[in-house]
Amino acid sequence: MIRTPLRPLARILQARQRGENPDHIERENLRLRIEAMRDTARARAESRLLVMAGVFLAGFVLIGAQMALLAATEPMAPTPGRTEAISSERADILDRNGRVLATNLTTHALYAETRHMVDPVRAARELGAIFPDIDAARLERQFTDPNRRFVWVRARLSPEQRQAVHDIGEPGLMFGQRKMRIYPNGTLAAHVLGGASFGEQGVRAAEVIGVAGVEHHFDERLRDPALLDRPLQLSLDMTIQAVVTEVLSSGMRMLGARGASAVIMDPHSGEVIALVSLPDFDPNNRPPPPTEGEPADSVLFNRAVQGYYELGSVMKSFTVAQALDDGMLTPDTMVDTRSPMQVGRFRISDFRNYGPQLSATDVIVRSSNVGTARLAQQIGPQSQRDFLDKLGFLSGVPVELAETLRARPLLPGNWSELSAMTISYGHGLTTSPLQLAAGYSTLVNGGYLVTPTLERQPGRGVGEQVISERTSAQMRYMLHQVVERGTASFARIPGYAVGGKTGSADKPKASGGGYYEGKVLATFVGAFPMDNPRYVIAVTLDEPEDTTGSEPRRTAGWTAVPVTGEIVRRIAPLLDLRPRPASEIEQAMQNALAAAR
Amino acid sequence: MTEMVYGTAPIRAGEPVLPRWWRTVDRWAIGCIVMLFGVGLLLGLASSPPLATRNGLDPFFYVQRQLFFGALAIAAMLVTSMLSPDSIRRLAVFGFFLALLALAGLPFAGTDFGKGAVRWYSLGFASVQPSEFLKPFLAVFAAWLLAAGHEVNGPPGRSLSLGFVLLVVGLLVIQPDFGQAALVGFAWMIMYFVGGAPILLLLVLGGMVVFGGVFFYNSSEHFARRIDGFLAPEVDPRTQMGFATNAIQEGGIFGVGVGEGQVKWSLPDAHTDFIIAVAAEEYGLVLVLLIIFLFATIVLRSLFRLMRERDIFIRLAGTGLVTMFAAQAMINMGVAVRLLPSKGMTLPFVSYGGSSLVAAGIGIGILLALTRTRPQGEIGDILTRRGRG
Repeated sequence: MIRTPLRPLARILQARQRGENPDHIERENLRLRIEAMRDTARARAESRLLVMAGVFLAGFVLIGAQMALLAATEPMAPTPGRTEAISSERADILDRNGRVLATNLTTHALYAETRHMVDPVRAARELGAIFPDIDAARLERQFTDPNRRFVWVRARLSPEQRQAVHDIGEPGLMFGQRKMRIYPNGTLAAHVLGGASFGEQGVRAAEVIGVAGVEHHFDERLRDPALLDRPLQLSLDMTIQAVVTEVLSSGMRMLGARGASAVIMDPHSGEVIALVSLPDFDPNNRPPPPTEGEPADSVLFNRAVQGYYELGSVMKSFTVAQALDDGMLTPDTMVDTRSPMQVGRFRISDFRNYGPQLSATDVIVRSSNVGTARLAQQIGPQSQRDFLDKLGFLSGVPVELAETLRARPLLPGNWSELSAMTISYGHGLTTSPLQLAAGYSTLVNGGYLVTPTLERQPGRGVGEQVISERTSAQMRYMLHQVVERGTASFARIPGYAVGGKTGSADKPKASGGGYYEGKVLATFVGAFPMDNPRYVIAVTLDEPEDTTGSEPRRTAGWTAVPVTGEIVRRIAPLLDLRPRPASEIEQAMQNALAAAR
Repeated sequence: MTEMVYGTAPIRAGEPVLPRWWRTVDRWAIGCIVMLFGVGLLLGLASSPPLATRNGLDPFFYVQRQLFFGALAIAAMLVTSMLSPDSIRRLAVFGFFLALLALAGLPFAGTDFGKGAVRWYSLGFASVQPSEFLKPFLAVFAAWLLAAGHEVNGPPGRSLSLGFVLLVVGLLVIQPDFGQAALVGFAWMIMYFVGGAPILLLLVLGGMVVFGGVFFYNSSEHFARRIDGFLAPEVDPRTQMGFATNAIQEGGIFGVGVGEGQVKWSLPDAHTDFIIAVAAEEYGLVLVLLIIFLFATIVLRSLFRLMRERDIFIRLAGTGLVTMFAAQAMINMGVAVRLLPSKGMTLPFVSYGGSSLVAAGIGIGILLALTRTRPQGEIGDILTRRGRG
């Protein structure tokens, strides 16, 4: 123990001299010292405690002030877990005349917050009774699962269903507002519209996103908040679309075809007036993509746009047009059509033997494979390839449908002379009906390239000229002759001057290698009125069969052509075309031919 | 004769125990404590049913438990507040070593209730968190050692108390429970400060804290990110903090109404760490300010009473206790209003919690016992004019 020296020592010394006990003095000194120390410590502690009191008071005031500040500000995040609200808005889609093809309807989604539920077992049972397609046992498992707080029960409710759910009286069942995409015309133009479904879902709203068709292609534009009140106008005409769908589906039924497609296009702008693919579906209730079977047989498959087929004789027009354009041919030039024609070990023959030679016009009118192959031989593979490339047959046709992205024509690996010959009459190169219509538009509109579009674009023109005005006039004449006296006579609708070309292509075997016997893809592609074509139409039927005769007839002339004829007969008046006397049309065609020379 | 045979009749020296207690104790503080507890029960009615239903219990299970433990806590508080400082000291020293032993035994016999930190002993019907009981006892024990250090030729009390505090802090850190560790360390520093720490030393310590903070911020990415996240003006609404902030904003001045609040459904700790958010949402700023006022009243009244206290031990022990009480309340509320980074700290008497409620009752009971009015020799000062004169 350290002994602190005590002062003043003087008193102790004095006390010693006086004979007193100095310890008393020392004790007294110690007491005084402790007292003094205690007093200073207390004074110091008093001030420091005051400081502490100030600090604590300041702390409490600060917290209170911060609390008041927070309480005074508006809450910024109304929905937990999200920083920005989900927009469920989506612009309407109209046809070219402003009629509604797609719009929105307010409806409700049903979800469950299990922690609010009073009697989950009963709720699951009652929901099962309201919605027969719901698995009540599974719902009950989800409701009673302690790890689940939230269960989506149904994405859309009708008002009656909503009332029925209300009547269960379960507080844990809640409704979230939804904008539902609705297609009031049902299956009409299903493949063009595609469909929409819910994207990001919140309790209070859900995004409506396009999953296919124009809904998918224009998704961003349709959801753009700035363009919400400006509907998207398509080039389709709802009336024409409905008529075409009706005629095509009854034709398909009568002829027992597996599928069918039709495209009607304005050759002077590329606007698609009608685009039908059958069988179709209801975009209000878009079926899920098929998990088995051939995707091309699915109802979701757009035959007119996604379907690339060997279309057969309809391609002959391009061969003849190129030969005419290159000046190696006039419509009256005689072409060697001796059948069969031997090329290496291959043999090209005609449907019927048309004699030793035919005029160029008659090669088209009678549809001679041999004649066209001879022309292709003269043109040469490289030149043919360049011409078809210019017309866009070697690359996919761009149109405002999401499905076109992956659809591409099938090209021959080696564009040999033999390939050129088969391609000249439509085998060895696949083409979609839409692309075919675009190609024929170029043939008949004076030779200008056409890019199809589904969006209404007033004043839209055509592209560069790829064949001459003269060739186009000659082609118009020839195609008219096909209908007047050739393979497409069933399309002869008096007064409307239909022209066009048939194609009956044997279907290639799915296993690859060779073609089916008796399975054809029948096509008719044409335009009307032929003296100044306003509309181009392309119709295909998959495996049609006319069984009214003594033997089944499958060629386009007996299948696709009558269907097209019926379509034209019905839509031409709707398209503001007036029937004209045959003589007037003939006169106009001859004048055009003469002017072109 | 009678007196010679039976002894003299006992004469009461001074007044009876209870009236004297009532006269000397800080009655306002008791009133505030009881009100806080009442507010806690009121909020428990709102905040704990979600938890109870989640755990498959009766909706008011936790309220009933709170009521039971609250009664126990208030009883403990009243009994402790009647003790004399000497018996408090004895009780605290004994209790400190008991609780220290319990704390040290946690890694071997404790449980973490799936929360990642071993802080509890499970007793079946209730769980006990030894650190809650350790805190008030540690304050008294450390104050005793510090006071002893003030004696002439006394033991080296400061170093000893620092040693014990560091031991406790170490034990808390390995749980880990940084919040409690910081609280204990902070309380000791305040006690040391009030007990007469040199200003220079405090400045050096403060400088070291700032320097250490900067050092850690620059060297530890994890630490830096937490601080950045705390300092960022935007609060992620998905975090507990975001929910709490949102609740306070929704509440506004008068709240959204009793039982109408939503935050209790979103926050897992709505009945403990974020009870103030529930209060703010359902009852608005009014109730929050009342709670703050009650805490401030208890703290400031205790501090002013301690200022008059002459006994070093009583002063320091009281300082330690009131610091812990105030700091715990401030940290809890400061977290909810984003003045402090998130720390698991309950709001004394308001938050739900069995053993912590009883421990807080004991702590406040000791504080009340220490702040009772006592003769402080003021007359003697005036008469002798010594010391401070």
